[in-house]
Order: sequence, then structure tokens, then C-alpha cells
Amino acid sequence: MTSTRRLQKELMDIQTNGTPVGIKLLSADDFQTWYFSIEVLGETVFAGEQFALKFRFDQQYPISSPAVQFVVDDKYKAPEHPHVYSNGHICASILGSEWSPVLTVIAVCVTLQSMLASCKKKERPVGNDRYVLHAPDNPKKTRFEYHDDTV
Amino acid sequence: MSSNDEYSDNEYYDEEDEDVYDMEDDGSASEMELDGTADYDPSRPSRKLYEVDYDTLTQEDVGRLMIADVENISGIFGVDPDIASLMLRWADWNKEKLIEKYMDNANAVSVAAGISPPEKAPEGRSQSSSSRQNALGPRRSSARRGAQDSVKSGKTKLMERISPPIEDAKFVCPICFDDTQTETLALPCEHKFCKSCWDAYITSKVRTEAESRIACMGEGCSLIAPDQFVRSALEDSETWERFQELLVRHFVSEMPNLKYCPYPSCTHTVSCPSATKSSLATTVPIVNCGASTTHSFCFGCNVDSDHRPVICAVAKMWLQKCRDDSETANWIKSNTKECSKCQSTIEKNGGCNHMTCKKCKYEFCWVCMGPWSEHGTSWYNCNRYDEKASVDARDAQSKSRASLERYLHYYNRWANHEQSKKLSVELYAKTEKKMEEMQVTSELSWIEVQFMKKAVDEVIKCRTTLMWTYGMAYYLERGNEKELFEDNQRDLERAVEDLSELIESPFDPEVIKTLRQKVTDKTVYVQKRNEIVLEDTAKGFQEGRWIWNVPVAGLD
Ligand SMILES: [Zn+2]
Ligand SMILES: [Zn+2]
Ligand SMILES: [Zn+2]
Ligand SMILES: [Zn+2]
Ligand SMILES: [Zn+2]
Ligand SMILES: [Zn+2]
Repeated sequence: MTSTRRLQKELMDIQTNGTPVGIKLLSADDFQTWYFSIEVLGETVFAGEQFALKFRFDQQYPISSPAVQFVVDDKYKAPEHPHVYSNGHICASILGSEWSPVLTVIAVCVTLQSMLASCKKKERPVGNDRYVLHAPDNPKKTRFEYHDDTV
Repeated sequence: MSSNDEYSDNEYYDEEDEDVYDMEDDGSASEMELDGTADYDPSRPSRKLYEVDYDTLTQEDVGRLMIADVENISGIFGVDPDIASLMLRWADWNKEKLIEKYMDNANAVSVAAGISPPEKAPEGRSQSSSSRQNALGPRRSSARRGAQDSVKSGKTKLMERISPPIEDAKFVCPICFDDTQTETLALPCEHKFCKSCWDAYITSKVRTEAESRIACMGEGCSLIAPDQFVRSALEDSETWERFQELLVRHFVSEMPNLKYCPYPSCTHTVSCPSATKSSLATTVPIVNCGASTTHSFCFGCNVDSDHRPVICAVAKMWLQKCRDDSETANWIKSNTKECSKCQSTIEKNGGCNHMTCKKCKYEFCWVCMGPWSEHGTSWYNCNRYDEKASVDARDAQSKSRASLERYLHYYNRWANHEQSKKLSVELYAKTEKKMEEMQVTSELSWIEVQFMKKAVDEVIKCRTTLMWTYGMAYYLERGNEKELFEDNQRDLERAVEDLSELIESPFDPEVIKTLRQKVTDKTVYVQKRNEIVLEDTAKGFQEGRWIWNVPVAGLD
């Protein structure tokens, strides 16, 4: 399977070249689950807030997309964004139908960072409560309808 | 237990009765009759009123139709067959539409179909000629595409930052980072990846997503892999076969006169040009794919079983109604009921409706819970909802309850036949055991005990008819026509229950020959009753005899 070698390469790259501004690697103890912290810089409704992203990889990565969600626990909350559910699940086409095996973990972080940066008004997606009530543990099991193509 | 005397008032049966008893010990005549009507052959010239003309096609047959279209387009446009095929798929196999669009703007079609990459800047060359070249020729020699790609977005730039530095000698695949991979593949966009990544990617698309449209793995790239490319990337011939099956499925789904067999893992197709939209108002196009006798389905709708005699629109309406009301009706579906005499729980474990309580020996009808004695003698109208009585008995305030009760009357009977059908697997097993026993305890050979299996086949087939007659009767306007319909329904139902009971009762080896004769006779009779229901209902549709109590889609 390709996942280990590819993730090793991505990790090495992060360690040598660093991460883009506002994005930090929190932990990558194995090749199954990685955590990143993410901040939105500049003028933004999320100024001063810090979020955490959780990546889960299966054996098929990067042929299949990683399962990505915002961490929701004592320390972190999911950003109040029209594409982010309060349980941390994200509705973004890049994580589903638009996923491409040439995308990387960092590319996903940057895309989500810019998704947050372009947000004008803090609000939850329509039907948040209903979704959260019935949502599967793994967001990849949800068939999202992508609300706009810019994400 | 019912006896033949019950039917003495029935002309039809009497006729049969005599015929059969004339040949007492032979019996083969009536069994031959059984064989003759058990299945229908679409190519048979004497088509019944409730049958339609159709053809069956194998996957190879459909493949030939596709090749004909591809070669046609390939010839007209002067392009590779693989390219023509991609264009046809993009145009949903609509040749006329494709030709029109292509004549209008060949370049735009080529880009939209994922054959050549969109050219953003002319870069000094003539745009149309260069992309035309892409469409026709093999891979372009490494053009400077990197610069063009990177202007797209920050994401791409970032990705390139972590991409391996391009060395002339060694290629490192940007997906697996395995530098030992020597074989690489790229579409005309020059997004180069190792063969094993392409293989894994295409396999995942084909196997887990059932997707035959294989887009390039490059981010934001919309080129589609032609068949030769897919074939060269795949190691596993099974995935290649599955890919071809997906292409055939896509083609068939775009052709209004073709339909893919809905049975799991079947690859046959049926062609039924006579099943036009307007024909569905009067006929039920039940077809069989030709791969197996059990692969029957409706060409006109998505109901996966034979829903004769009722037309698609009404069948659909009834299924929707059952879905909507499933919660209120759920309790009926349950497999257990209480004996109305001693209240002990009784489980239904066969298809027969004549129930006998093990505890108190009370005999009753599973459907209406009424005493069986009433059914046995005068055949108390178990199939007919006594609308007048129930409406009269209730005041206006309880009308909704009356309408629920009316629905439940039909649903109850529908669900009961469905339930009995579901128990058919066990019934087959039990019957098989019985047939083995018969061979041991009597002189009969394996061939000679087949009458039991034939009887079960017939019972199951007729229960399907009966199920749908209840769906139909629910929507029929009260009146003479409905009464005649329900008379036929009752006669079939009574015959089916009778036969069903006979094949489920314990047999006495002493009288095996008599039993055989009886079962064979009753099977023939049930067959005839089923024919009558199917024929008369089909005729009624053609004569416009059926009047509905609700508006039916497609009928006006
Ligand atoms: Zn590779
Ligand atoms: Zn490409
Ligand atoms: Zn089939
Ligand atoms: Zn139908
Ligand atoms: Zn009892
Ligand atoms: Zn009854």
C-alpha cells in the first residue's frame, strides 16, 4: 500500500520546510491520525481563535481522501462557519468528489484556512442540529451536497 | 380441509375434472399441460394479451451496438475510435446532438469531453489546430505546462513546493513517492504518475465507485482516460472487464428502448421498443432477460417484480401508499397472531391461510381471523371489502378511520400474499423433503414426483398476481366492473389457497396416486384461474373498462 511511504514523505517535508503561516503540526505519532492547529490571519471574523484539525488516513491514501474534521473537545471548538457543523464535520468538495491524489495534508490545511478567511458572518450550516444528531463518526460516510464550488 | 364438492357449482372446474378423471392412471396428459403453460417464450408467435414482444441481448450484443455507433462517429469526424467513444459518452450516446455540437465547435466538444486540455493563452499558436492535434494524436511531447498550471491557485503552488525536484534521470511519482517505479503514464495534459498509482486509482474508481469516467489524477485536471489508457494501466483483467460492463450499463441507461437486467450480477439487456410511454397506460411490459427464468422484471418502471395485472402507474401509487402508511399497517405484517378463541400465540410457518390453533383446535382464516368454516362452505367474502356496510355504520366524524380500515383491508391481503411468498423458500425445502419421502414410500420416480414442485411454482406465481390484484382493487371505483374483477380475484384466491393447503398437508403413502392426481388437477385449475385474471384485466385495460377512484398519472 502506498499510504506509509507517501505520509513519510509528507512528514519529512513538513519537518524540513516547515508549515505555512498559521498552521502548526500538533502531533503525528503514527500514519493513521495527525493533528494540526490552525489560525486565520489578517482581518477575519475568527481573529484570535485557534482551531484543531484531525486527519485520519486509511490504507488507500492518497488514492482515497483523508477523513478530515475540526476537533471538538474541552480545549477546541469547531469554527462557526456555514460549511462546518458543530461536531466538527466539514462540507467541502475538496474532501469528497473533488479530492485528487496529488493533494497533500498541507494543501488541505491551506484550503480550509482560506475557507475560514473568506467567511464574512459566523453561522452554522442549515440543518446543523439534525445533521449532528444523526451524523456518522467518520465524516467520509456522509454524502455532502456541496453548497458552493469555491471551497 | 376443503373437498372437491365445494367447487361443484363451478363450470370450469367440472370440465377439467372430467377430462382428468378420464385418463385416470395416465396423468401425463395433464402434466404435459402443466409444462406447456409454466413459462412463456417471447418468440412464440401466439402472444397472449398480457404479454409483450421483446428481445434479449448479452453484454457482447450491446457491445456491438456501441462499436457501431463509435465507428460511425469515428468515420464522420475522422478521429480515433477511442476519441469518438469519449465524445459519445460525453453526449450520453446521442449521436445527433454530438454531431450538431461538433460541427458548431469541435474544439469546445473536445475540451468538454475531456479529450484535450483547455488552452488558456494562445501562446502564439493557433488554438484550434493544437487542441485538435491533442484529440487525434498520441501524447504531446513535453510542452511547458507547469507555468500555466501554477497560476491557477495558491493550493497548486503549495503542492508544487513539496513536489520532488525534477531530475532528468529519475522520476519520482508525486503520489506514492516511490522512486523505484519505472513505468509511468500520462494523458495529453502531461500529468505524469507511475503506473501502479494509476492502477490503484482506476481500480478504486471502477470497483468502489462504479465509475467509468476516469478523470486525470492531476488536481483540477478534467481530462478523461480513453479505453486504451485504462487497459494499459490495469494489471487485473477482472477490473478491466468490470470497466467494460460499466460502459455498457451507461450506454443501456441512455437508450430508451433498452433496459439492463436488475438482478444482481446479471449482465443481460432487454430491448423492448413497444414499451413506449403511452403504451404503459394499457399494457404491463413484463420481460425476462433470458439468463434465467427468474430474471423477470418490468420494462416500464422500477418495480423489480412482475406486477401484472396492474399497470405501472397504479403499481407505483400503491407501493407509495404502502410506504407512507407502513407504520400504521406494520402490526399486520407481524408473523404472529393470537388465536381469537384461546388467545395463545400462533406463528405462521407456511403459506396456507387455513390455520388451526395447536392448543384449542380452533380453525380460522389467517387473513380475516374469521372461522374457517365460513370460508369452506360459502366462501364468505374474504377478498371483498364491504364498503357500504362499514361506511353506513359510522358517522361522518369517523370517516378517516373508515378510510384507514378500507386501506387495511386491501393492505392486509396484499401483505399476506407477500408474506406467504417470502416463506416460499422454506416451502420449497419442505416440498423437496416430501418428494424424497414419496420416492421412498411409493413406486414413484423422481420425475413422477415433480408434480409437487410444479404446484409450489404455480402457487408462488399466483400469489404475485393476487398481491397486485389487491393493489389494483384498492383504486378501482365501485361498480359492476370492480365486482367482476373481484369475482375473478376470489376464484383465483380460493383455488390457490386450496392447492396451497393440499401441498402442505401431511401425505398418506397409501393414497399417493390419488394425491398426485388431485394436486395435478388443482395445479392446472389454478393456472387457468390465473390466466383468466391476467387476460381479463389486460383486456379491460385495452377496452378502457377500468375506472379509478383517484387520478392516475399518464391516464386522461
Ligand atoms: Zn506512484
Ligand atoms: Zn491531467
Ligand atoms: Zn438477468
Ligand atoms: Zn411496471
Ligand atoms: Zn386457540
Ligand atoms: Zn378470511
